Amino acid sequence: MKFFRSHVLVSVDPQCLEMGAHQIVDTLNDELVSSGLIDEIQVLETSRLGDPTRFGPDLVVYPENVHYANLTVDDIPFLVEEHFLKGRVVEKFRAKETVVTDDELGAPKSKEVRIVLRNCGKIDPHNIEEYIAEDGYQALANALTSMTPEQVIDEMMRSGLRGRGGAGFPAAKKWQLCRQVPDFPKYLTCNADEGDPGAFMNRRVLESDPHSVVEGMIIAAYAIGASMGYVYCRAEYPIAVANLNIAIEQAREFGFLGNNIFGTDFSFDLEVRMGAGAFVCGEETALIASIEGKRGEPRPRPPFPAVKGVWGKPTNNNNVETYAVTPQILLKGADWYSSMGTEKSKGTKTFAIAGDVVNTGLIEVPFGLSLREVIFDVGGGIKDNKKFKAIQTGGPMGGCLVEEHLDLPLDYEALTAAGSMMGSGGLIIMDDETCMVDIARFFMEFTQEESCGKCTPCRVGTRRILDILEKICDGKGTLEDIDRLEILCHEVARNSLCGLGQGAPNPVISTLKHFREEYIAHVVDKKCPAKVCRSLIRFEITSPACTGCMVCARNCPVEAITGERRQLHIIDTKTCIRCGICAQVCNFNAVEVLS
Amino acid sequence: MTEVLTPTATDDLCETKRAVLDAIIAANRNRQGALMVILNETQKQVGYVSKSMQTYVAKKMRVPVSAVHGVVTFYSFFTSEARGKHTLKFCMGTACYVGGIPQLMEKAKQLTGSEIGKTTPDGQLTMEVCRCVGACSQAPVVTVDEEVVGHIKPNKFPQLIKKLLEG
Repeated sequence: MKFFRSHVLVSVDPQCLEMGAHQIVDTLNDELVSSGLIDEIQVLETSRLGDPTRFGPDLVVYPENVHYANLTVDDIPFLVEEHFLKGRVVEKFRAKETVVTDDELGAPKSKEVRIVLRNCGKIDPHNIEEYIAEDGYQALANALTSMTPEQVIDEMMRSGLRGRGGAGFPAAKKWQLCRQVPDFPKYLTCNADEGDPGAFMNRRVLESDPHSVVEGMIIAAYAIGASMGYVYCRAEYPIAVANLNIAIEQAREFGFLGNNIFGTDFSFDLEVRMGAGAFVCGEETALIASIEGKRGEPRPRPPFPAVKGVWGKPTNNNNVETYAVTPQILLKGADWYSSMGTEKSKGTKTFAIAGDVVNTGLIEVPFGLSLREVIFDVGGGIKDNKKFKAIQTGGPMGGCLVEEHLDLPLDYEALTAAGSMMGSGGLIIMDDETCMVDIARFFMEFTQEESCGKCTPCRVGTRRILDILEKICDGKGTLEDIDRLEILCHEVARNSLCGLGQGAPNPVISTLKHFREEYIAHVVDKKCPAKVCRSLIRFEITSPACTGCMVCARNCPVEAITGERRQLHIIDTKTCIRCGICAQVCNFNAVEVLS
Repeated sequence: MTEVLTPTATDDLCETKRAVLDAIIAANRNRQGALMVILNETQKQVGYVSKSMQTYVAKKMRVPVSAVHGVVTFYSFFTSEARGKHTLKFCMGTACYVGGIPQLMEKAKQLTGSEIGKTTPDGQLTMEVCRCVGACSQAPVVTVDEEVVGHIKPNKFPQLIKKLLEG
């Protein structure tokens, strides 16, 4: 491997590309060649560094960690001469504010411990050598040359690693079950069908550090005795698919995949299979059906995939994160890993924080941190100094938790006991301007649409739940509807075939539990307390604030706003579709929402 | 689906498309579970999987047309109709939903005179909703063809639409 004095990471984010990032890369390389520095300085292309609308096109120089922003091709010769030849930082090109290196991940925040995300944004995902330089494939070498499969399973068992897909089943236990089935060949699948809205932890790992997943899968295959593996990646992640394919190709070239890996008699190969936009394929039996080229419909378990999976053969299925963390555990030891976390939930977990919080993006924290610490310390608190209202954990099949739960430790058991679940790690934080009935309706709309239709409770039940919620949001609900909703939710949860239907009513059940008064306000007072539900609100332009600038009138999609320039504008409530654009575009906060 | 799929349906299966399909099938037919791979490739290269293409794939793969049709209609990424030159997808993830995607959709309908889920009559633009694209920190987000465009501002949005309708 070649060593370089400095690395230049140029953002080739789509927006930067549009602004000429590729020309900058070319010019940089040309200039480095002509100044004889090309063997000392390496130019790399990376994903976004900062907000392109403010900084693009931009680049970062390591190890100096200098962020140059708003560059043009003409700036490059001067930059190369000053920075790389003379070693002087060019202040005038430097980004005006200190920025985090990327707005999804940023620099590690306090209380964060990065294990799964350790390489993200740091190494070139297209280059296996960079992964190897970060101790990559060393765990695999150790496992294959000095450990038996049973020893690998033992070590993983001691680490306490639980499946990161959401259910939290001990990973090594699953491996052991699959290993013990006397049927061959065995298969390995990786669930990269990360479909929960608001969750993008796996995407980031697959895009930025695909080799960690590949290595983890090879180790798991060795432990189980599998000969073929599939990464099932959702079609919405084209970059992840591309990077995975590159990683697999490189691993094959280096002899980490294929026949007789590391000269042992262990052989294993990997393939990426793409989903096609079906959320239910994140359920393991549906995922297996999809890999087999069929409709992604789940089937009853047992038999579990460990006994009958892909092509009817024993199959072990784990989440991206479970595989990605495996090499680190073997490398640093089970004791190291189990020293983090709580009694039953060991190690760290990645979360995607979204919603009304200051720092949205990805985090990785040890289990056991309280929700309060996650929201207010790591997440930076609620946006615009508003009040915290609820947090949805576990995606659309999880539940919402409220103020009283804020001191709960984040672990599998505590969240389940509180009526929600860990899920894959999406955290959606809501402020007090969120209508909980509307949120329940939104999640129900999602699960209803994604219900595969195989079993009746889920197919019909989710539809009926949604109907009632829509009725309530429309202001046409009755108190009986709320009771009916409750019964229906429990029936659907109890009788559905797979996790999708069983979990689908959770958002409704938990919002009913914590925010029943909001439901009642919708049906009895015909009011939406958070002023969200369109049928129950109206917009009004208030007198002194309105300057008559006409911006709202121009932006109204239905031309419901009238008024002369410099005169108070008026919204015709009959025409108004309550889209809220007027409130969004008004520079004077003159548009008021009433319920 | 009211129309009957017949093996003779060849409405839009021109020579070029047939050649593309043949190449895709030849490259993948020996894989286990090839159907998904073939359909994914077809969707990517041709842009849609029409009924006649489904029939053709079924015949070549020696599987019932119903099996192919069943898979195509199950997954939302497969479309059986030709699409516009550009595709604009509105992200319906939670963050985007909260961040103003419904309003942007209203605006888009008004600007294009078309509907969500439809292609404009001139074949220029198809508008759709999509599931969370995983870029929630940039909400509200739309995807233009394959590209994610985030932080959409209501006042800048018409320019984006205009570009798609013209270019």
